[in-house]
Amino acid sequence: MSAAARAAALGMPHILIEKTDHLSDTIYKYQKGKHVMATPSNLVLRSDIDFDAGKREFILDTWDTQIADQSVNVKLNAEVVEITGETGNFTLKLKGGEEIRAEAVVMAIGTQGNPNKLRCPGADLPLIQYQLDDPGEYYDEHITVVGSGDAGIENALGLAADAAQGNVVTILNRSADFARAKKANVALLEEAEKEGRLIVRRETEPAEVRESELVLNTRDGQEAIRCDRIIARTGSQPPRGFVEAVGIEFTSDDRAAFPKLTPSFETTKNGVHVIGALAGYPLIKHCMNQGYDVIEFLNGNTDLKPADEPILAEKFASLPGNRSVEEWLETFRSNIVILQELSPLQMRELMLDSTARAYRKGERIFERNAPGSSMFAIAEGSVSVEVNPNDSSVTVPIEQGSIFGEVGLVSGRRRGATIHAAEDTVCVEFTRGAALKLLATAPSANRAVNRISIERQLLQMFGSGLTSDDVAELVETAEVQDKHAGEVVIKEGADDKDIYIVRRGSMIVEKNLGGHEVFLSYLPAGSYFGEMAVIDGSARTATVKAAIKSEVVRFPGEAFVALLDRKPQIRERALRDMKDRREVNSFIESQKHSFGGAVDLYSKTAQFLVDNGIGEATDVLLIDETLCVGCDNCEKACADSHEGLSRLDREAGRTYAHLHVPTSCRHCEHPHCMADCPPNAIKRGPDGEVFIDDTCIGCGNCQRNCPYGVIRLDAKPPPKPSLLSWLLFGRGPGPGEAPYKWRKKKAEEAGTEQAKLAIKCDMCSGIDGGPACVRACPTGAAIRVAPEKFLTFTKLVQEDAD
Amino acid sequence: MASLPKANFAFHERRRDTDHESFLAHKGFRWLKIATALMLVVVVSYFLVDVEPRHNGGSWYGYTLGTIGLLLILWLSLLGVRKRKMTEKYFSLKGWTSAHVYLGLALIVIGTWHTGFQLGWNVHTLAWALMMLVILSGLYGIVVYSVLPRSLSNNRREMTREQMVEGLDALDRQLETAAQPLDRDLSDAVITALDQDAFKAGVIARLTGRYPRCATRKALRAFDGTGGNEAADKVRSLLSRRQAQLEQIRRHMKYKALLEVWLFVHIPATILLIAALTAHVVSVFYYW
Repeated sequence: MSAAARAAALGMPHILIEKTDHLSDTIYKYQKGKHVMATPSNLVLRSDIDFDAGKREFILDTWDTQIADQSVNVKLNAEVVEITGETGNFTLKLKGGEEIRAEAVVMAIGTQGNPNKLRCPGADLPLIQYQLDDPGEYYDEHITVVGSGDAGIENALGLAADAAQGNVVTILNRSADFARAKKANVALLEEAEKEGRLIVRRETEPAEVRESELVLNTRDGQEAIRCDRIIARTGSQPPRGFVEAVGIEFTSDDRAAFPKLTPSFETTKNGVHVIGALAGYPLIKHCMNQGYDVIEFLNGNTDLKPADEPILAEKFASLPGNRSVEEWLETFRSNIVILQELSPLQMRELMLDSTARAYRKGERIFERNAPGSSMFAIAEGSVSVEVNPNDSSVTVPIEQGSIFGEVGLVSGRRRGATIHAAEDTVCVEFTRGAALKLLATAPSANRAVNRISIERQLLQMFGSGLTSDDVAELVETAEVQDKHAGEVVIKEGADDKDIYIVRRGSMIVEKNLGGHEVFLSYLPAGSYFGEMAVIDGSARTATVKAAIKSEVVRFPGEAFVALLDRKPQIRERALRDMKDRREVNSFIESQKHSFGGAVDLYSKTAQFLVDNGIGEATDVLLIDETLCVGCDNCEKACADSHEGLSRLDREAGRTYAHLHVPTSCRHCEHPHCMADCPPNAIKRGPDGEVFIDDTCIGCGNCQRNCPYGVIRLDAKPPPKPSLLSWLLFGRGPGPGEAPYKWRKKKAEEAGTEQAKLAIKCDMCSGIDGGPACVRACPTGAAIRVAPEKFLTFTKLVQEDAD
Repeated sequence: MASLPKANFAFHERRRDTDHESFLAHKGFRWLKIATALMLVVVVSYFLVDVEPRHNGGSWYGYTLGTIGLLLILWLSLLGVRKRKMTEKYFSLKGWTSAHVYLGLALIVIGTWHTGFQLGWNVHTLAWALMMLVILSGLYGIVVYSVLPRSLSNNRREMTREQMVEGLDALDRQLETAAQPLDRDLSDAVITALDQDAFKAGVIARLTGRYPRCATRKALRAFDGTGGNEAADKVRSLLSRRQAQLEQIRRHMKYKALLEVWLFVHIPATILLIAALTAHVVSVFYYW
């Protein structure tokens, strides 16, 4: 749209083709009254159309008016089905047969509107449809809805709403619960199921579609049901098939890959340009700027610098040598190993989220134990790492082109060592989000980072005195393995001889005692295991399995033994660790005979906690329900400490043996919420807390990604009258979160519109007293724990008995 | 078998509270020890100090105990403010509760020994009596706080209040549809059950969890002997599920009521106590 407006302004002949009957479909589909944010705020808008943060209606209105005012040639209800021809002479075929000829094509189709097809034989049969417009038009049919999201549930309910239609409606869900859907929808669905209005099949997916029959893969085997119509609502994907059919290549086969682009947004098919979300830029402002730019390029304005040019120029201003932005980008790309396969466009985007800095010789880049989740790369110069915390003179160099600080990236942990510039150095610092995106899109970068991080993890784990040469053999033979939750890594009694490092996720150690699996201990990320069998040649003494989806690094035992033979101090350390573990094991075994019940309770409680996400937590709120009187003072304290909104729900959540896991952030080792945050607003703070900063745009991705439902979206409420005036005169709603009605009324009175933003527990960072929930518990029921400290026999059982 | 990564536990433990002790056991019964010592000092010194003609509130010893008692009462009553005031600096409400409980119990000795066991029908004894009322209601509070949370937790069965009520609503909607084909008298019984405000009841019902006028139970009785009729069986099973759901909610309300009812004595009595204390102190100094 921005491109069309530019073309109109330049007087270029153009046509804006829109599939639906209105413009700006993405924003159109937002819920009514949604506050749309305009980020990144430091990026200037370069477009003939205005865009500022505001209500959905206001933005749509502005755009519609301006498009009309600027006489943009719009064609609604037109879906392009095919693009053929070469640059200068393209033919766009529309649905319905009409054809449009064009010299150049700009694709700004985004990633929506292309539903995922069923992945089974018969997926292209005509009984499958991907949309349901009017559920009232079908009678006496056997209809199957595939998909467990809100769309699927709403469709199924709509079809089953009127019994007089005589439809037999079945909804399929691949998993056991409807985690992606809204609670209210799930409740309605379950109710309808109870009343027999529709059939819900859980842990079931389509195996094959036939004429009027659907074969299902159920938990207990295959089964065929009658089926006249299938409504598939399994999400949508970038319309890759269509894009590739035009002749555009993608950077890789990865599902999330983007098309290959030149700096002027031209694809591998000359004359066809791709901008916006499809090009990998989901933010509205980026898209609008690109629309402007691409038309300028087409108009022959090759000198136009991208809108981010001033931002990058400012970023590079402090670097020595007076080089231009392009020169710097090229320097980074050619010097830094992991960036070598990137395109100039990718470089620009990466650098927008990154910073470049020059360090004088000897200047400190970061310090041991400092917080930080960014990764550094050395563009010019080299740095030295202080490997020994007690002796700063012991250093290891890292050369030009290599990276450092990647440990924080993989685990979100504090810095493991202090790093100084060894000479005058230029470094690029990538934020966590930018670095992760880089690793996901550039396989070579991923491999390089993997190798380096394994080597460094080994060096760090086994302490001082080791050099990278010592562990070279181990690194060479290392293999990264993904383990799904519950997958056994080591089986008790087996005689394999590998050792493992937990790279992400966590492990639980179990032993079979008297026919029961008894929980022995918990291994967080960064632990190693499996060395017992290697050192003393015995069979595996316990089973180790993944508590959650994890990543382990496997090394062959011989390489480890060789290392131990060369380094006696490491052998000693390993033997010491081994002795400690043996003591714990034999202690629990001895307890088993005298206090079988206690060991059982311990084992089951530990398993319960692991099932509820403690396995990936770093700090979690638990409530001892033998002490909790239900006063909700924890929630009130939380609200009063944080802008009047509570970030925990005490009552919700699971309970076992009176140990309750409320709905509250676990501060996961690898936070799911961080995965897909457009402005990269979710970070790990100095105390290990995962928090959302004020660049949040309220998109709700984190809320959907959190498996524990601990993130809410709400507007910051207006201030309350003081506690004293409530106590004495009853003014205001009192301590704790004010009722929704009060907040709404006050906000309306104040006349300020507040966007709904994501809020979650930040472990009360910045508050001297520490977590308010714990401080405000009158009975001692609320405790915050670290899993590695809490999942022990003493904490779970013995203390309880006291 | 394994090694743990190095983590700065001392630092994090300071921010967390992994002590996992109840308010009664806080910091190894610190406040129990302090309160016991205080009471012992008072009891022992009572016999060591010789006051003529006999111990009374007006001696220097009596004034000392009276001042301690008064200050203690004022401080103890501040728990209500502390609980609601989330300041940024460190404090532990559990520690405050612990001190509140044990020092409050110590008041029995301090207050009573302050009187020199001279009680009568006057404003002074009124203050003492109110103090004892506050303490006794507090004692009830300690008992229910240590006994009832387990029952509250067991009864919840991982459901929130909201889910319980939603469960009831869902059953009600199903009942409404299922009762359509029934006879007039049976469907009337169902309608009465659905129309009744199932939680409207007096204090006694709330505290005991017994609701003698429950229309759902009556409706269930109306279905005795309707076995075999498919529609009636369905409604009966829905009704008994409604009954079970009602009982869960009522039990929840009962436990919550038992956990809170004493505050309706404790807090007003405290306010009266402070008023009576003011009268007591003013009159003592006025008639000095």
